[in-house]
Amino acid sequence: MVETLIVPLIMIVIVIVAVLTAVIYMVLLERKVQAWVQVRYGPMRVGYRGLLQTVADTLKLFLKEDITPARADKWVFTVAPIMVLVPSLIAFAVIPLSRDLTLFGLKFPGQIADVNVGLLYIISVGSMGVYGIILGGWSSNSKFPLLGSLRSSAQLISYEIAVTMTLVTVIMLSGTLSLAGIVKSQLAQGWWFGFMQPVAFFIYFAGGLAETNRAPFDLPEAEQELVGGFHTEYSGMRFAFFFLAEYTNMMVISAVATTLFMGGWLQPFPNVLWLGFLGYIPGWVWFLLKTFGFLYVFLWVRATFPRYRYDQLMRLGWKWLIPLAILNLVVTGLVKVLV
Amino acid sequence: MAEAVAFYIVAALILGFGVLVITAKSAVHSILFLVADFLCVAALYVMLEAQFLAVIQVMVYAGGILVLYLFVVMLVNLKRPPEAHRDPHRLGRLGAVLAAAIFVELAAIFAVGWTKPAEVQGTLSPNNVEQIGRALYTEYLIPFELASVLLLVAMIGAIILAKREL
Repeated sequence: MVETLIVPLIMIVIVIVAVLTAVIYMVLLERKVQAWVQVRYGPMRVGYRGLLQTVADTLKLFLKEDITPARADKWVFTVAPIMVLVPSLIAFAVIPLSRDLTLFGLKFPGQIADVNVGLLYIISVGSMGVYGIILGGWSSNSKFPLLGSLRSSAQLISYEIAVTMTLVTVIMLSGTLSLAGIVKSQLAQGWWFGFMQPVAFFIYFAGGLAETNRAPFDLPEAEQELVGGFHTEYSGMRFAFFFLAEYTNMMVISAVATTLFMGGWLQPFPNVLWLGFLGYIPGWVWFLLKTFGFLYVFLWVRATFPRYRYDQLMRLGWKWLIPLAILNLVVTGLVKVLV
Repeated sequence: MAEAVAFYIVAALILGFGVLVITAKSAVHSILFLVADFLCVAALYVMLEAQFLAVIQVMVYAGGILVLYLFVVMLVNLKRPPEAHRDPHRLGRLGAVLAAAIFVELAAIFAVGWTKPAEVQGTLSPNNVEQIGRALYTEYLIPFELASVLLLVAMIGAIILAKREL
């Protein structure tokens, strides 16, 4: 009873609270990093050096008037933000955060649920996220959101193909679909898969940028052309939901990249003797460090690269990333057969 | 006991969403209810310990095919007025005939006694991805390849139909 019901509930609460807190501070970090790149300070007034800025902003968003356009499809307009946020949150259910722990005599597994189709679960949950974006744009009954949502869904679907193909190479290396199994297989093989599969790693990250609508692939919300993108008509709390979902999706991509390509909660260099002291740092700290490393790269990329044009984006996806992913898959298969 | 309760809840949800699919006024609402319906079917698969099938159900049907439906419904204007000279009850009568046919079939199945559960062949290990893969690539290789050739033909056909000049 305790092991099957209470422990998962505790873990779900911890993970959701941690993710939402991390998202709030991601927004602050984003503004700070952008500011540093542009030789500014960023938010400084609210709290110590601006630490409470996003808390204040979130409160403001929740207190603002929630406007539904008169001609909107009210029901779908309300459901759409929820359909974006929920898939991104439940993806964390299968991501291994740490090795199995024993606290107060209770056994805590490293993740909420170790299903043996973990990777497929992540892909399928990710494919549900596109609904909220399409419906949000459609239900606003306005042309800019509709254009934004069409762009966004076309982009999501195109880049999903390349990303999924890179995941297949990881499965070929590890021989399992369970995410905990993939981490353990990286421990057993002595190599993180990011170093064995640099091409897959690159394609995954590029596709991840596109799937989360981040720069340089942030066409769905190109402010200059679309007045904001698929969420133009949203305000107040529902807009906050879209905002939260975007950052949660970035965290999902980073956490999955960490798990698949950077060894999850494993310490670096476990076989180098004089670095053995790194093993005293708990696994979840390593996991967080690596995930935030990826998130930092997201921000860094945004500050560095200009936005692609729409036809360039599609050409990159279909004519470069997908063939490259297929080639990588074939080469991996050949190496597996021959060696 | 708990499993039976869960089953009846999920089954009720499936039927309820199914009714909502055909009674919803807007086609987009219908598709949304269909998504919910498919997710509940996936829950049924999980209860049968067919996790792989459940995930594929979500990925292919809920996440793939229905997105396509949604695009079609959104981009095609469905608000055309019905053609005036048609008999408005024609479709209703057709539906009644089809429904009657299904009930006759169901009655026939109960009469013959095919409602016994199928024999489970072999043991189902929790890692059923491997088992499905092995079965697909050994015993059912030819149907599998035929299906993939069919999909390829459909894909090429779609490209040729959509492009005016190649």
